[in-house]
Amino acid sequence: MQPRLVEVRRNVLKHNDVLAADLRRRFAEANVFVASLVSSPGTGKTEFLEKTLTLLRPAARVAALVGDLATANDAIRLERSGVPVRQITTGTICHLEAQMIDTAMANWDLNDLDVLFIENVGNLVCPSSYDLGEALRIVMMSVTEGEDKPLKYPTIFNTADVAVITKMDLAAAAEFDLEMARASIEAVRPGIDIIEVSAKTGFGMDRWIEYLNSQTKTSAAAAA
Amino acid sequence: MHELSIAMGIVDGAAETARDYPGQRVEIVHLILGELSGVVKEALMFSYELACAHTPLEGSRLQIEEVKAAIHCDECGVDEEVRSIQDMRCSICSRPSPNVVRGRELMIESLELSDEYAAAVS
Repeated sequence: MQPRLVEVRRNVLKHNDVLAADLRRRFAEANVFVASLVSSPGTGKTEFLEKTLTLLRPAARVAALVGDLATANDAIRLERSGVPVRQITTGTICHLEAQMIDTAMANWDLNDLDVLFIENVGNLVCPSSYDLGEALRIVMMSVTEGEDKPLKYPTIFNTADVAVITKMDLAAAAEFDLEMARASIEAVRPGIDIIEVSAKTGFGMDRWIEYLNSQTKTSAAAAA
Repeated sequence: MHELSIAMGIVDGAAETARDYPGQRVEIVHLILGELSGVVKEALMFSYELACAHTPLEGSRLQIEEVKAAIHCDECGVDEEVRSIQDMRCSICSRPSPNVVRGRELMIESLELSDEYAAAVS
């Protein structure tokens, strides 16, 4: 008997995609702007997020979800900014999935929020496949990681909406070539916005907040 | 590495379809894998056998069709492969484009089923 060929045409991550679409709809209905952060371990996501939360807080109701394999250290750090923070510990899983976001938000009333940040597990590979329902995916690299990092991890840079280069206060010591780094990012994701910052000194943070505000306004206008 | 959980997703998806065909065995799962999917073919092949163990898919084979990344080039007015995923420019006119039209696929395309009895005696 000849084998029978059955057409399936089914996305492997269908469960995640369906849940992420549902999250995106709920965020839009409650008018919450959701941004996720992805980078290698040690790029400075938490420091950057802490400063961002502090700068946004006077004008907006912000909250954060933070993913790590283990420990609640990052959540404890972020709580210093005075906003609601929840830690997602993934155990051995190297990325966040839509289901984890849904579970972690239990009992949070989305109507009490304007902006929600999701800090992914430090990893430039696995998070690229998983939609979390975010409106903006922020990919980050620091000046100590090498200008060609985007060429080594093209997928995550290609799926991002904005790139942030961190630790600019160390640029001279690391002999960081900004133009080369910008060219690498542009090569894998043409036209992407690139913002250089130092969360430590505050360099570039005003430009970053301005960018973020423009994105939340665009998103709110699209939803209206 | 997340290929094992991806492989488990493939097994679940294929098993769900196969349930509509009682008495049939899944021989081959045809998968379409884009080069911008974030999934590594070799790691997925390795994980697939593990993911199949003790499931109705045990003994089946994973066949992967790889899809090159392509962008829509406004200049040429066509969908065209990029020079490489490190150089997202139209391979005809060399203009960069952010509009990815192919290469993110991670999809079960089809299953090849065979009669359980026939498979058992052959």
